[in-house]
Amino acid sequence: MSDATVIVGSSIGGVRTAQSLRLEGYTGDIVLVGEETELPYDKPPLSKAVLAGTAEESSIRLLTGGDADAARIRLLLGHRAIGVDIAGRTLELEGHEPVGFDNLVIATGASARPSPWGQRPGIHVLRTLEDARRLRADLLSGGHLAVIGAGFIGAEAAATARSLGLDVTVIDPLPVPMSRIFNPEIGQWFGDLHRSNGVRTIFGTGVESLEGEQGSFVLRLTNGERLNASVVLVGIGAVPNDAWLASSGLLVDNGVVLDEFCRAVDAPAVYAVGDVARWRHLTHGEDTRIEHWTNAVEQASCVAHNITHPGAPRAYTPTEYVWSDQHDWKIQVVGRVGGGASHTVIGHPEAHGRFAALYTADGTSLRGAAIVNWPKALVACRRGMATGITVQELRDKLESQLDPQPVVAS
Amino acid sequence: MPVVKADLQACQGYANCVVGATDYFDLDDDGIVVVLRTEVPETDRLRVTEAARSCPVTALVVEDA
Repeated sequence: MSDATVIVGSSIGGVRTAQSLRLEGYTGDIVLVGEETELPYDKPPLSKAVLAGTAEESSIRLLTGGDADAARIRLLLGHRAIGVDIAGRTLELEGHEPVGFDNLVIATGASARPSPWGQRPGIHVLRTLEDARRLRADLLSGGHLAVIGAGFIGAEAAATARSLGLDVTVIDPLPVPMSRIFNPEIGQWFGDLHRSNGVRTIFGTGVESLEGEQGSFVLRLTNGERLNASVVLVGIGAVPNDAWLASSGLLVDNGVVLDEFCRAVDAPAVYAVGDVARWRHLTHGEDTRIEHWTNAVEQASCVAHNITHPGAPRAYTPTEYVWSDQHDWKIQVVGRVGGGASHTVIGHPEAHGRFAALYTADGTSLRGAAIVNWPKALVACRRGMATGITVQELRDKLESQLDPQPVVAS
Repeated sequence: MPVVKADLQACQGYANCVVGATDYFDLDDDGIVVVLRTEVPETDRLRVTEAARSCPVTALVVEDA
């Protein structure tokens, strides 16, 4: 019996799905389709080592042609998927004949939300290797970088640009940007981190207009300020690449809508992984879409299992994990943080050079944690989330490791 | 028997391996991976290989010895 799995998307989710299928003993054909002509590459270094020029492009390849041949993965690169015929089980591609499948895995990821202030030379987004090359070329000319948006991408790129010697200003409409993810107390520390590394921050302020040309942009801000910049990076989030599925009949709602096994709710031979996947997370009891590297890897593994074990599929119920490297901080976030959860902080960035914020929704169990520069706390939190540790147990364990010891309130 | 190989220079302490196979991997105080068992019986190959591939900086591989 011949069987074919076609995977659309050649970034981490697609590549790992292909590799995990082989690891699970899948013997059918595997076709990995990518829109870019580039060999598959990894994205996290694009805002850090690749942008800084400390990593060769070859070091971020996820798969070489030789790797693909050895694993019998057929690479079909440089062809954009433009539609899918579910009943006929064929994928339609730009510049290529349609490809038939038995199972389809949608791994088309997300795109940087485009700049609403125009798109012309010197105005950048950062999502692809080509984006990173272009931004780096402009940064090497020096001058002043204005970063619009203080999320992970903007903050990492700002830190990298500082390391390259540029003047950097980060602008965000929120008064405490990381309070989207954390509580304001922690968010404030992120602002301090940037300022202590020479980044100017203008928070609680929006951008009304962006005029001028590369080398001499003028940003008009909502507080009346006019800011000059030679280069602009727009880091205002991402949108899932699901528009190509509009005529497929698949249910698409801010990502491909999936059941708990990551199968399309209306087409059981269709799966999705990574940024484009919105699946039913049984533990959270809600449809969930996550734009993090580790999620793409774990979801790929689950989908490969479910394709190869149709009689015993596994529900996908991961604990979220994401990291960000900014200046000399290694920031790691486990589970669900912020929102309405109450929190307790152990350690302090100045007193200890490390800290962990533990979040709980019910006052007892650990719901999530944010950890900075503290590997043992990271391991304790990640293991603790799996075993159901209480916040009190974790707090006792971590406080004993702090030096100096925290002052005990009388 | 397959074996785990770790690149200690590459390791950045993300701990994905610890979550994937907590009986094979730990981190030390500096956040560098500690391989608790290097030999991987066939029955563990899939689980430990998946844990190794979950490393964001490709610091771990499972190879046939």
